Amino acid sequence: MIKLFSFLVGLLPVMAVFSQVTVSGRVRDNHNRAVAGASITLKETYDGATADSLGRFSFHTTEKGTQTLLVSSVGYNSVEQKIELGHQSVSVDIVLKEQLNELKAVTITAGSFSAGDSKRGAVLSSLDVATTAGSNADITAALKTLPGAQQVGEQEGLFVRGGAGYEAKQYIDGTLVNNPYNASVPDIASRGRFSPFLFKGTVFSTGGYSALYGQALSSVVLLESIDLPEKSELDATLSPLVVGLGTQQLAKDKKSSWGITYNYTNVGLYFKVVKQTPDYFNIPQFHSGDANFRIRTKNGGMIKYYSTFGYSQLGLRRPDVDSLNLKDAFGLNNHNWYNNLSWREYLNNGWKMNLGASYSTNKDNILQQVQNAFNRPQAYPDSIFWMQAKNFTLLNRQDLSQLKAVFEKKIGGISYLRFGGEYWNAYNKAVYNDSTHQFTDNYSSLFAESDIFITNELAAKIGLRFENSSILARSDIAPRISLAYKTGKDAQVSAAYGIFYQKPENTQLFYTTNLGFTKATHYIINYQKMTRDRIFRVEAYYKKYEDLIKTVPVSYTYSLYNNTGSGYAQGFEVFWRDKRSFRDFDYWISYSYLDTKRNYLNYTTQLMPTFAARHTASLVMKRFFTKIKTGFNLTYSYATGRPYYDFILDSTAKFAVRDHGTTRDFNSLGFSMEYVPSIGKPKARTFIVLFASVNNVLGYDAVYGYNYSYSGVNKVPVQPPARRFYFIGCFLSWGVDRTQDAINNNL
Amino acid sequence: MKSFLLILAVSLSVAVHAQSDKYAAAMQKNIALLDSAKSTADLEAVSNAFTRVGDAEKTQWLPYYYAALAQTRIGWTDNKVDKDQLAEKIKALVAKAEAIEKNAELCTISNMAATQQMLVDPQSRWQTYGMEASAALEAGMKLDPNNPRLYYLQGMSVFGTPEQFGGGKDRAKPIFQKAVDLYKTFQVKPLYPNWGQKEAADMLAKCQ
Repeated sequence: MIKLFSFLVGLLPVMAVFSQVTVSGRVRDNHNRAVAGASITLKETYDGATADSLGRFSFHTTEKGTQTLLVSSVGYNSVEQKIELGHQSVSVDIVLKEQLNELKAVTITAGSFSAGDSKRGAVLSSLDVATTAGSNADITAALKTLPGAQQVGEQEGLFVRGGAGYEAKQYIDGTLVNNPYNASVPDIASRGRFSPFLFKGTVFSTGGYSALYGQALSSVVLLESIDLPEKSELDATLSPLVVGLGTQQLAKDKKSSWGITYNYTNVGLYFKVVKQTPDYFNIPQFHSGDANFRIRTKNGGMIKYYSTFGYSQLGLRRPDVDSLNLKDAFGLNNHNWYNNLSWREYLNNGWKMNLGASYSTNKDNILQQVQNAFNRPQAYPDSIFWMQAKNFTLLNRQDLSQLKAVFEKKIGGISYLRFGGEYWNAYNKAVYNDSTHQFTDNYSSLFAESDIFITNELAAKIGLRFENSSILARSDIAPRISLAYKTGKDAQVSAAYGIFYQKPENTQLFYTTNLGFTKATHYIINYQKMTRDRIFRVEAYYKKYEDLIKTVPVSYTYSLYNNTGSGYAQGFEVFWRDKRSFRDFDYWISYSYLDTKRNYLNYTTQLMPTFAARHTASLVMKRFFTKIKTGFNLTYSYATGRPYYDFILDSTAKFAVRDHGTTRDFNSLGFSMEYVPSIGKPKARTFIVLFASVNNVLGYDAVYGYNYSYSGVNKVPVQPPARRFYFIGCFLSWGVDRTQDAINNNL
Repeated sequence: MKSFLLILAVSLSVAVHAQSDKYAAAMQKNIALLDSAKSTADLEAVSNAFTRVGDAEKTQWLPYYYAALAQTRIGWTDNKVDKDQLAEKIKALVAKAEAIEKNAELCTISNMAATQQMLVDPQSRWQTYGMEASAALEAGMKLDPNNPRLYYLQGMSVFGTPEQFGGGKDRAKPIFQKAVDLYKTFQVKPLYPNWGQKEAADMLAKCQ
């Protein structure tokens, strides 16, 4: 018995060796390429192998019968295959299908620059915006260093690809911002109201944008506010120009937060030291306060409320263009209140919901006067109407209430369907001297859009937008299509087409509502190669303008409007950013070529508009020296001269060009530096940034255009109020670090 | 009949033993392969082999630990590998292991994965991945304050940080010293992690 047993036991390994079989084969993907490193497992056993560089594998097993072979590799859908194991070697060929992966899939980049810390494919981060020399943490100024935007210095706004400033709109968390800039002063550009640090993501679209957005012919800037702050902190700003105090409080459970901030700007001291060309009889002062709360919901959604209130006042005198000893005095005060409430929620079955509501009200109180050498107001009879027109009071009020809802559903893989609608109620009122103009517009839109990923290499975004405006009593349908195709690792080609509508400006609708939407059609093609630290992109576009607003003079002082204007813009742009070639050195270069003409407002025929330069280029450089904890930034911007015109009404009451020309080329070199002593101290409780900047270091004498006297004899250049702008400030924050809490909560 | 029962009992116990022997044998073989791995392909293959053992065993965290450890070695040696993708893989393996048992050894893996991600671009990633890496160490020290590998890794992180950012030789030295001391008393169980002692001693020498 024992003998038999030991014999049997002795036989077992022999049998085992005898009955081993080889399983071999190849692993390829659906493009017939080898999947090196794929893991092959005989399920529930230790047996298996790893595919070599040609996708081949081979292993031995003693298992018998029907077994399951599991083949997997990162980025591919795993495959299970039944195999029959007997006494013979088995050979299997496996085909893995590539997973549709949001991280690997192509993105549509035609017409859009995204900036932000969380965003993939971001071109600029929030910190980049703050540390771009010449921008002084103004979002619009930083965006001007990207291709597509013009170097317009006499007006706020983004002038994109032959579009006027009013053709570019800003959206915060999906809803339109009616007054994104501080109150406007003639011939001086004002700053944006919003700090770049409020936002985690910024998309600057220079055309061909999504059907979710409307009422902008040229461009949209999409700002996405941050969710919860990383920690509770107290912040202070100290500078000869501005003082501020604020706090952000994050709840212990990190599910909610609230914050308030207050800033007061007074340039009185600064204007004493740095002489300004205009005579400021009322020193510019700004009070601004904001408040917010944010709540993370149970399913990971967010409810966010943000409110900001601003009050500003200023008054300045400049020489009158029609006379040697007279002056034009301009006084302004502005109240602005902006509110934004948004709710993002994940619903069942892969639905996502974005609700937004916003309310804003803006009030400008303007007084303009012709004054004599003793600053006494001068009055003029009707016969001297060109002087009389310079004496006026203007009360301007703009209210905008908005509701927007967007629903999103995943429709297999990484494709999405999105649809929704919005409603705006806009009340606008202007009291010009004694006459009151006002209107209310109810604007509504419906939109649907789909992101379709055919493969990781090919994607399409197809959208349709329906818009209706009650004041125009018109509806329009705007299709939007974009495509992207991956041409290689990191490289892709995108194309976009779209129709965009925009209501005429309030100042036109005050006089006539017998107008339709203005219209632009965009065609864009883009090539982009992007690695983690280098971006190269070229983009070419053609834009057609139709139904632009034309001024129809009725008398010397009164005009009506119609939609007979038209125009075009075409050009190409190059962008290169490189963070790798030089150690700790980051730079980008933008170049824009623009060919545009339009016939609108008082233009006599199709003319190159005054805000368009043929060639525009920027070079932005940043270098941080860790040893001295200091960063230095330089921005050089260049633009060829822009056209200027002197339009007059001729004897037949038609517009004529009396004089025209081109300004000299524009040059500007901006410099800024920041010193961050607390950098690299993870446990630091006080965080300090010292910041200093100079705009137009070289003192280039910029001319943005000319103002003409009524007679046409006198021609005065439009120039910035001072040649250089200096800023110095200190930003402090005291944080309550919650890292320890986070660790405790995770254990 | 009696003898039949005896045979049955003996063969059953042989079978059970064979099973655990099979596990130990496979682990020993793969640990040897890991120690002798020369290339990314070798490390990939041994990582997959460990994963197969883990998937088949279902209750052992060590196979997943070693599978992840092999992946971190790829991260240290292969500059061409996408560190974010690699970290995703490592974190998935650690998650599988932690579903079985949470311990300090797994924290060392999480630390290394995050550190590798941070090193891609320390300036901009220090805030996120640097924090994640040190949080992993702190979590490990709570679970086992006497694990020498945690201190070795902490020392490495301090050693690699520029002096003006609170790093440098002098600050790393006492941490390496602590690691070296702990290695001397650390009880190594069969099949359990046993790396870092020589490296810690070498680093300590470098700090002198």
